[in-house]
Amino acid sequence: MKPRTSLPLAAVFGIPAGIGLVTVAGLVTALLDDGLVDAVSWVALSVPVLVAARSWWKRQR
Amino acid sequence: MTNRTIRIWTLVHKWTSLICTLFMLLLCLTGLPLIFHDEIEALTAEDDLPVPPAETPLKTLDEAVASALATYPGERPLFLSFDEDRPVVNVTTGPNARPPVSQMHISAIDLRTTRILGDLNEDGGFMHVMLRLHVDMFAGLPGELFLGFMGFLLFVATVSGVVLYAPFMRKLSFGTVRAGRSTRLKWLDLHNMLGIVTLMWVVVVGLTGVINTLSVPLVAYWRANELAAMIAPYEGKPVPERFASVDAAVRTAMEAAPGMRPQFIAFPGVRFSSNHHYAVWLKGATPATNRILTPALIDAETGAFTDMRSMPWYMLALRLSQPLHFGDYGGLPMKVLWAALDVLTIVILGSGLYLWVARRRVAKDPATAAPGLRTVAGEPAE
Repeated sequence: MKPRTSLPLAAVFGIPAGIGLVTVAGLVTALLDDGLVDAVSWVALSVPVLVAARSWWKRQR
Repeated sequence: MTNRTIRIWTLVHKWTSLICTLFMLLLCLTGLPLIFHDEIEALTAEDDLPVPPAETPLKTLDEAVASALATYPGERPLFLSFDEDRPVVNVTTGPNARPPVSQMHISAIDLRTTRILGDLNEDGGFMHVMLRLHVDMFAGLPGELFLGFMGFLLFVATVSGVVLYAPFMRKLSFGTVRAGRSTRLKWLDLHNMLGIVTLMWVVVVGLTGVINTLSVPLVAYWRANELAAMIAPYEGKPVPERFASVDAAVRTAMEAAPGMRPQFIAFPGVRFSSNHHYAVWLKGATPATNRILTPALIDAETGAFTDMRSMPWYMLALRLSQPLHFGDYGGLPMKVLWAALDVLTIVILGSGLYLWVARRRVAKDPATAAPGLRTVAGEPAE
């Protein structure tokens, strides 16, 4: 791969920071209440798993 | 980042990872069935609650304790805990106030009949082996603390991994997996992608695991400081010969803390109480507060209320570390996600190990060896 211009740190860590925030929100919300809030946490914790699956699906062959 | 800082972080990442990886693989593999221990144990459960005659009045807690002691003569009560959603209490008995777990007996008792539904004693079965391997590798407190230290190394490895993620990803878009070039490059990209995606889950589960390994020293510290201050007038008093009524103690505690319900009762002399008191551990009534326990101390000789204080921050941290580590607080879907993230962590650990082996092979071949990140990243660092 020909080196392109380097990405700034914010671009490298932008998406990871978003995933991290969603993960933590998912971990905390289920502690606070039962019922609907649990579903919020399931959606949030699905994010890292789905992102990982998508990256593998879209791998460069 | 200069090449020198990158090289230092690489060394930190390499060594902390190498030391903890095999233990982390053990923890991830044994943790997988433990996530579903409720479901697995329900498959083999023997204590099905018989259908009750309608409106059967409940017997007293004292009668339940007597029933447990009749089953294990010569023992004394240690703990009594309440089932969440059925009229069942679990009474733990043992030969003395602080026996090893292996000498304790736990009886699940139907409060309508005080009949023993079954015992929850350690049986050496598959789940028990998984639990012991996961908690202390059958090595007691030293094993527990050792695994805690390995968890700390995992945390350092994770932080250094995040630092190194930056130079690796400077010229790649997020989530890139180059699977078509070399096996090593494919696993490197996967290692980086999975590492950064699961980051916060690994950090939370890792650190709460570390806190859980500190349970014994933290409770001992609480007993020596917080509890000692609560029972100062009773200092040096021996464990009473006879205990006052458990039911009365629970009533007294609940009157002192309206709106709270008992989670468990620690009998005099055990780790979670003083020598002279029932400690009635009360929990809040709402989902947000029912994880926060407040111990009310009741004089076990007279039944009089002594003191009640909310838990200090380190006990609260210990308490909250349990659900956050176990993943058992959001129903079955959460457990499935926990398992998925656990499997992804196994892939990160395995690929890390593979990359280390593959890199050593490269380094041995002078034709391809190069300093710094070049050989790892497959492309030059800054």
